[in-house]
Amino acid sequence: AENEPPWETPCTQLLIFVATPGCDGFPSLDSKENYKLSVSEDSLLLSADAVWGVLRGLETFSQLVGRDENGTYYINKTEIVDFPRFPHRGLLLDTSRHYLPLRAILETLDVMAYNKFNVFHWHIVDDPSFPYESMTFPELSKQGAFNAMTHVYTASDVQTVIEYARLRGIRVVAEFDTPGHTLSWGPGAPGLLTPCYLGKEPSGTYGPINPILNSTYQFVTSLFQEISTVFPDFFLHLGGDEVDFTCWKSNPKIRAFMKEMGFGEDYKKLESFYIQRLLNIISSLGKGYMVWQEVFDNGVKVRPDTIIHVWKQNSPPYMEEMANVTKAGYQALLSAPWYLNRISYGQDWMAAYQVEPLKFEGVAEQKDRVIGGEACMWGEYVDVTNLTPRLW
Amino acid sequence: EDSLWPLPQRFRSSGRQLQLAPGRFQLVHGAGSSAGPGCGLLQDAFRRYYEYMFGQSRRWTWGHGPLRGRAEPELLQLQVVIEAADPACHSHPHLASSEAYHLTVTEPVAILKADEIWGALRGLETFSQLVHEDDYGSFLVNESEIDDFPRFAHRGILLDTSRHYLPLKSILTNLDAMAFNKFNVLHWHIVDDQSFPYQSIYFPELSDKGAYSYNHIYTPTDVRLVIEYARLRGIRVIPEFDTPGHTQSWGKGQKDLLTPCYRGEQPTGSFGPINPILNTTYDFMTKFYKEISSVFPDAYIHLGGDEVNFDCWKSNPEVKEFMKKQGFGIDYAKLESYYIQKILDIVSSYNKGYVVWQEVFDNKAQLKPDTVVQVWMGNNYAHELSSVTAAGFTAILAAPWYLDYISYGQDWKKYYSVEPLNFPGSEKQKKLLIGGEACLWGEFVDATNLTPRLWPRASAVGERLWSSRNVTNLQDAYERLTNHRCRML
Repeated sequence: AENEPPWETPCTQLLIFVATPGCDGFPSLDSKENYKLSVSEDSLLLSADAVWGVLRGLETFSQLVGRDENGTYYINKTEIVDFPRFPHRGLLLDTSRHYLPLRAILETLDVMAYNKFNVFHWHIVDDPSFPYESMTFPELSKQGAFNAMTHVYTASDVQTVIEYARLRGIRVVAEFDTPGHTLSWGPGAPGLLTPCYLGKEPSGTYGPINPILNSTYQFVTSLFQEISTVFPDFFLHLGGDEVDFTCWKSNPKIRAFMKEMGFGEDYKKLESFYIQRLLNIISSLGKGYMVWQEVFDNGVKVRPDTIIHVWKQNSPPYMEEMANVTKAGYQALLSAPWYLNRISYGQDWMAAYQVEPLKFEGVAEQKDRVIGGEACMWGEYVDVTNLTPRLW
Repeated sequence: EDSLWPLPQRFRSSGRQLQLAPGRFQLVHGAGSSAGPGCGLLQDAFRRYYEYMFGQSRRWTWGHGPLRGRAEPELLQLQVVIEAADPACHSHPHLASSEAYHLTVTEPVAILKADEIWGALRGLETFSQLVHEDDYGSFLVNESEIDDFPRFAHRGILLDTSRHYLPLKSILTNLDAMAFNKFNVLHWHIVDDQSFPYQSIYFPELSDKGAYSYNHIYTPTDVRLVIEYARLRGIRVIPEFDTPGHTQSWGKGQKDLLTPCYRGEQPTGSFGPINPILNTTYDFMTKFYKEISSVFPDAYIHLGGDEVNFDCWKSNPEVKEFMKKQGFGIDYAKLESYYIQKILDIVSSYNKGYVVWQEVFDNKAQLKPDTVVQVWMGNNYAHELSSVTAAGFTAILAAPWYLDYISYGQDWKKYYSVEPLNFPGSEKQKKLLIGGEACLWGEFVDATNLTPRLWPRASAVGERLWSSRNVTNLQDAYERLTNHRCRML
């Protein structure tokens, strides 16, 4: 009719409405990311329960804006109601196998936001290098980084990452993987790692963290005290994967300890002994924790709100593991079919896309315990020269 | 430790170190060289290699004071001596070019002798790999003597700019990387089914209608730039205009070039390979190859000839009629050969040699004796090499080196471990294998991932094609390659 404004009315404002305040907080596992987007002739409205939903809605809005052959920007009349199926949608970067400069991490956070990822799982240290600059134990990076001047993350770098992530609604969950995967900790923390033996003599090489010394637990307490303050998220990832028992077995003091504790020849019990104490330390620091599946598989006693991270493809098949973990009452995170570092020819995105995380035998409550998953980009063959095209 | 890549044929080092002062060191033409300051190619190389060795630093002003506090003697110059009577500085490299060089590094002056300028380029690359910085930032080089030449004369990289357009910058960066690895042929698979980015002077509609967009073309200036940038690095540019298959994009800008496919009596609206029965096809090809022959200076053109799907030809009544008239029966390979032979004649008339994919040989087309056959099919390629060389044709090997087939882990080892001459055949036959190519097909490759996907994996192929047959130790290669890779960055 004549009095109606022409359809192509210029849209001048996207109005944003947030129900709950909280611009200065950090996102968490319980954050509400739902939003409603309404685009019509008279109004553009984005409404959400929390600011995190606004971020998701803005991303969607930006994807709706198109440009025609004349260069004119336009947007279709649209109604969107959106919320995530899973609350934990993460990406793992490994900055130990290869150092990743800050700009690579920040760029990754940008692309995560384009794809509505909300957890940056920072696998920050491991065997090959220790780039995390600790104020309590500065020697760790001084001795353990690839280059203590250039291949480190200063406290300021870490805060930059955390804030950059926060502004995009992304949680930063740091992983300090122990007791295995800790070779780089050795040079800066003498006495921390288990000395391996060849017969009666130390061989000169080292193994996992030494679980029988009090000094170990003092060290771990102090370090994690710092980490708990530096990283604001409620959760810390404690690792606990792939502990090689050979070195422990070779060490006579450890064998003596095993006897004393009545563990027999079952080194899983020694591993659990360490993990148990570590988890207690973390709990007393007021943090929750995520662990790789071995911690669960080896029967360690963990808190009910522990999140078990399923990463092994087989032994057992990961869907079976998901069933087992959730059946035992724990929350589960799925990564096994999403190891994006394992490249292959062609459109392998399809295989990742076709994974159905809830495709396992279990009751509804079990399925509810699957809080999400993570795509992992392990760094053995990845650095800043190839990270972005390999990941996206 | 020196990390030379590819490993030279003969290399001796005394362990004695010489130091270089960036402010004083010079790359110059030696006395007795037939080349001088008028040789643009070498002048350009001198500047380029100086920058590779010392970086671009404002600190390197022409030095005055003596070197302080170091015991090592100083290396003041690398003198380059071209021994051929005519250095041919403005010429283009070709298959028979000499790339041999002799490098003597000793104080006060190092000497790089080469028959031709191409050998000088290879020698400069090696020299630049010898210069290293110590912990204090001093530039050092070990006293050494190197005698080097390539094992195979054709060492190529195939880039595909049809499946994805590659901006000029990407191609030029790749040429730099090729020079670091002593590759000497850019096999430019410039057009294919998906797009036609080559802007033709005689047939502008080909790219007007066939390119992805006007922004996705190579103008004549772009092409000249690639050819010259390559030439300055001793790299030949062999263009491939693949026909009669792989030509969907040609049909957009050239009406009636492709065969209309039929269902029964009716054309379906889709098209197949180039139509081999029309005179207009050969009129077009004659004119088209006239242009290509003059635009690309290399003595060879790659004519393609792979994966010709006969279904469309079989469906077309006029083609069927033609088959009958020619007495080809139902053997469409004969029709394919008929087409190829005519193209070979056209290209020969322009005094160009040609390279073809193996199907052309497999399907028994009548090839001229100097045809180069490129073996690409993975299944039992050793057998194919035997057949091709037994029939007296020159061969290039690509089959085990399709680098677009990515996989997890250190797959460079697989490429490194290929021994091209591992096929049944006489000495004479083995001589006919002139080299190989690492191919990076473009289905899943564009400027966002080309460089990390191609390098340093292609370096493995580079050493296999340059260095001696007995250079096979993976551990040693690993150590040199890791350093070489960081150097390339």
